[in-house]
Amino acid sequence: MEIDLSLVDWSRAQFALTAIFHWLFVPLTLGLGVIMSIMETIYHRTGDLKWKRTAKFWMKIFGINFAIGVASGIILEFEFGTNWSNYSFFVGDIFGAPLAIEGIFAFFMEATFIAVMFFGWDRVSKRFHLASTWLVTIGATLSALWILVANAWMQYPVGMAFNPDTVRNEMVDFWAVALSPVAINKFFHAVLSGWTLGAAVTLGISSWFLLKKRERVFAIDSIKVASVVGIAGIVLSMITGDGSAHQVALTQPMKLAAMEGLYEGEEGAGLVAVGVLNPQKEYGNDEDPFLFDIKLPKMLSFFATRSLNGYVPGINNLIEGGYPLPDGSEALSTEEKMQRGKAANFALMDYRAAKKENNTAAMTEAKERLDENFSHFGYSYFTDHAETIPNVPMVFYSFRVMVILGGYFLALFILVGILSWKKRFADIKWLQWVVLLSIPLAYICSEAGWIVAEVGRQPWAIQDILPVQAAVSKIETSSVAVTFFIFLALFIVLLIAELSIMFKQIAAGPEPVVNTKK
Amino acid sequence: MELNYLFYQHYWWFIVSLLGAILVFMLFVQGGQSLTYSLGKNEKQLGMIIRSLSRKWELTFTTLVTFGGAFFASFPLFYSTSFGGAYWVWILILFSFVLQAVSYEYIYKKGNLLGKGTYRVFLMINGLLGPILIGAAVSTFFTGADFIVNKDNISDSLMPVISTWQNAWHGLEAVANPWNVVFGLAVFFLARCLASLYFINNIDDADIRTGARRQLLYNTIGFLVCFLPYLVFLLTKTGYTEDPSTQIINIEHYKYLHTLLQMPALLVVLLVGVLLVLAGILLTLFKKAFIKGIWFAGFGTVLTALVIFLLAGFNHSVYYPSIADMQSSLTITNSSSSLFTLKTMSIVSLFIPFVVAYIWYAWAQLDKRKIKIDDTDEDY
Repeated sequence: MEIDLSLVDWSRAQFALTAIFHWLFVPLTLGLGVIMSIMETIYHRTGDLKWKRTAKFWMKIFGINFAIGVASGIILEFEFGTNWSNYSFFVGDIFGAPLAIEGIFAFFMEATFIAVMFFGWDRVSKRFHLASTWLVTIGATLSALWILVANAWMQYPVGMAFNPDTVRNEMVDFWAVALSPVAINKFFHAVLSGWTLGAAVTLGISSWFLLKKRERVFAIDSIKVASVVGIAGIVLSMITGDGSAHQVALTQPMKLAAMEGLYEGEEGAGLVAVGVLNPQKEYGNDEDPFLFDIKLPKMLSFFATRSLNGYVPGINNLIEGGYPLPDGSEALSTEEKMQRGKAANFALMDYRAAKKENNTAAMTEAKERLDENFSHFGYSYFTDHAETIPNVPMVFYSFRVMVILGGYFLALFILVGILSWKKRFADIKWLQWVVLLSIPLAYICSEAGWIVAEVGRQPWAIQDILPVQAAVSKIETSSVAVTFFIFLALFIVLLIAELSIMFKQIAAGPEPVVNTKK
Repeated sequence: MELNYLFYQHYWWFIVSLLGAILVFMLFVQGGQSLTYSLGKNEKQLGMIIRSLSRKWELTFTTLVTFGGAFFASFPLFYSTSFGGAYWVWILILFSFVLQAVSYEYIYKKGNLLGKGTYRVFLMINGLLGPILIGAAVSTFFTGADFIVNKDNISDSLMPVISTWQNAWHGLEAVANPWNVVFGLAVFFLARCLASLYFINNIDDADIRTGARRQLLYNTIGFLVCFLPYLVFLLTKTGYTEDPSTQIINIEHYKYLHTLLQMPALLVVLLVGVLLVLAGILLTLFKKAFIKGIWFAGFGTVLTALVIFLLAGFNHSVYYPSIADMQSSLTITNSSSSLFTLKTMSIVSLFIPFVVAYIWYAWAQLDKRKIKIDDTDEDY
């Protein structure tokens, strides 16, 4: 029985739904974790109870988001097995290790010390409590580290070798996996974007208190801390974002071409600052890719190759090949890659047949063919070149939304930071409204970044090695469709409940505290 | 098979078994949730019960996640075969744990949309489904599942999935085997016994302690009625064994009894575990002032469950028998990660005692003061 393509689509939809839902909560906990930890540190150093009160308020907001982040996180872990079982087998030897390390190092740290953070104010010393709060934040960040290492490996599979005896990829260099440039950029970019979102939410809620003429001291103190975290977060996000884009150019050129709507490659390519894609444009037709666009000359070449005149391939070039690669060789066409993928596949079949017959010479010969062609193994599952092109409009527009909003938050945080430092922000109502209304924009920016990363790497589950149609579980499409709608209903209810609780908690404001510890 | 590789495969089966055993102990949280309405007769008592459990649920949850992660990393073929095949069982387990996680955080929050009662029902659902389904899933380590593994499928571009389930029930068919249900119920009653012992230790309230002692008696009877026949079934059952030289899987009568006799250390640990469980229960039932039964029974549960997991995988046993194709069955040698990955993770596993130590320390700090009726709900 063949794999039904609608099964692949439903499985992708279910995973995307869960990942998008999960990422509503995780970045806030990453950013808010740092903010509340700094606040408690100030309380610890000064002994001023207003900082304890401030920290406790943001901890409650943290807790509401943390629980639902944990709940949606376990769904993702399970879905690797339930919906992507072939993937789990094919690369579990590499992908599973970061997940296990995440559990041992990060999850237990978070689970243990969050209980101390919430229930330990009157039960443990101030020092131990502060340490627990920081350990919760560190645990959340470590958790992000290992899952992002795993994700980066899917986008840039390194440190592994294919074993035809076990028919799977196996890890041969742990540090190549953990410290790949893609992983490092991805980790810092994702975590620092979490700081940005955490700061945007803190600033927005604090502005609401100022607009309501409530809790002025609490709001101003929160703004001071959040604006510093926000500026650090967005500046470093931009630096690591540039690093990530450069890595995409090196390792996933098709994703970069989709991000730019670039069909015909060129030297000295311009970066599209603003543009409207032509909906009629498809690979293979002569339509202009854009209805309208404004380009920054040579900037795409600079960001992609670190040279103003560097060559950036477009979608057509990536399909047709023949352009020069940085190492001086000539790029293969997709057709040639598909042939090599099929050659690898035949070699694997020959190897296994020879092994059953105990024919050592044939095994050696097949293994040589396999090794020669394995880097294109995943192309053996395609029948059409166009299958290798991701959804260009979704990637193109998401990238622009992320970048434009990133620039907006840089300007906003700097403005709020300066006015806060000059003690004027608390009196500028229009700006408080702007900051408050910017909260949803931070979420849109954050989700847009993940859409670029994940839709842009389609159709690959693992770049060049395993496309999504070869990664799924063999289950009935109807089963996945049913669970999709169950999760959709669950997520909607949980999101409404979460927002309702958040709004009540915010409206109630910080509670009065008394110092019960020495 | 390289000796070094065999060592690491056994080491990781031990680690996974230990995590599984700790998970069985930590299911006392689920047991407690299922006892909520039996022990909490008014809002104050219900509040104390939820507050007591809310300090521990994350550790159970984390143990489950780490158990899954460690299984994935060390035996990926099991993860892909079982999760991708027994789809509905894992989805139900998952669903019930998601409800649990959210319920603890939201139950006492203003504006929680669904109301306190609904979140208590969610906790009850997790308290019932969690132990029974996890118990039934573990039982399939001995009773088998309906799958076929064919690694050559990877070369078939139209149907490349290597592990395929052979029926459309996708795991729900496990309840058709009564022994899976019996083991699920045994785990359920054990979780309720442990929860009763935990409440007696953790909540300073005479009514709840009296109720918990009563529940301890009832659930101990339930546990013994399910567990003892299952133990007899297990020790007399025909199992599968792998020939280490050919990797061919054969039938072996009294497989698990043989393993216990050939590995007397397991037998000793099993007996010590069972005795500790009984000691924890009996001392609590017969000595009114005794509140430390959870430590005896908890440690005993870990030892007993550890032996059951080890019985499934050690001594060349098949730990996930295929009832569709015997040679597709999974053993710790044919389903493990590579030697390199197992070695790498073994280095990481050396940190586990450190993790256990800080959990113990933090737990002790929080539990220095018992839960009392006049505690406020401030922390919620």
